[in-house]
Amino acid sequence: MADLKVRIWRGDAEGGAFAEYAVPARENQTILDVVTQIQREQQPDLAYRFACRVGMCGSCAMEVNGRARWTCRTHVKRVASAGETLEIRPLANLPVIRDLATDMAPFFDKWARAGGKFQPKDAPDGAVPAEFAVVPPESKKRQAADAGIECIGCGVCYASCDIVAWNKDYLGPAAMNRAWTLVNDVRDGGNKERLDAVSGDAGCHSCHSTQSCTERCPKNLDPSSAIAGLKRTIFWDSLLGRR
Amino acid sequence: MPEPLADRFTPPREATLRRSGGDRRHPTYVAFVIHRVSGLLLALFLPLHFWALGQAISGEAALEGFLRWTDNALFKFAEWGLVVLLAVHLAGGLRVMALEFLGWRARQKDMVAASAGVAIAAAILFLLNVG
Repeated sequence: MADLKVRIWRGDAEGGAFAEYAVPARENQTILDVVTQIQREQQPDLAYRFACRVGMCGSCAMEVNGRARWTCRTHVKRVASAGETLEIRPLANLPVIRDLATDMAPFFDKWARAGGKFQPKDAPDGAVPAEFAVVPPESKKRQAADAGIECIGCGVCYASCDIVAWNKDYLGPAAMNRAWTLVNDVRDGGNKERLDAVSGDAGCHSCHSTQSCTERCPKNLDPSSAIAGLKRTIFWDSLLGRR
Repeated sequence: MPEPLADRFTPPREATLRRSGGDRRHPTYVAFVIHRVSGLLLALFLPLHFWALGQAISGEAALEGFLRWTDNALFKFAEWGLVVLLAVHLAGGLRVMALEFLGWRARQKDMVAASAGVAIAAAILFLLNVG
């Protein structure tokens, strides 16, 4: 059986380098299969992260041949032609814990900083409102919220964003996508603080609309448009004296 | 027999570059780079532009002399480059405004292509008129 050559970045927060491996090439194998084969058969101390293996949990994202991807949903033959070496490294823009496992804390801290928590309008103390809110599915706001609600927080957009690389405080696409879904949630009452949190240098106004987030999102969401929506809302609110 | 386990890997002290080249090959990223570069080049041109306008203050003869000096093929070509830069920057800017103010979500790549089309059309029209 032919071998598939793989280069895997190994190291920790201090630094690291690529190590080379060879795994049996199979007709059907995902990048996650390759990493698992190496960890089980050749390098038991190789650190990486996965859970569901079917594209639901968002924990197995890594950078494969220069592009952040879900490794569980990426077939080897889709990213490398026969004889080509695979290059796998941890997600960019995040601190490395070890090998392919990154520390996702900064990513999720920014969700919180962007006002990503639902603030019920009718129960500001966090209690469950007594009545169900009626939100017509065809309403514009509901559709805008629906467009971004399926994010599972894998960090692919965050690792693909140049602005995150340039400005370490920048909230990033996923956090602002989350904020935009809440801005459009008619049950939510926390928009004043939220819009303050996502404006300015670390927020939506730093986005250059390169749209790498939208291009790379494995769920085909459109964080770039969500950020544009935040910019638009803040613009009109400021112009019309609503904030 | 199982394959032998590889030796425990110790990373060298000198860190390799964490940030990879990153794959940025997609139309909207290219559009961003072109918009930014054309904007910077136009900004570099502005001082020259104001200097040339300033010649008018020094008197008609000075301006006339300068204009006659620029009346050659090389300058015409540079002028065409300037028109291209302006067209590229304007079309790209309108695209970004449409994205951000009108919230046009769909068909972003088509909009990049349309912006490029407008810029190319402006470039060709200018060339036809110069000829």
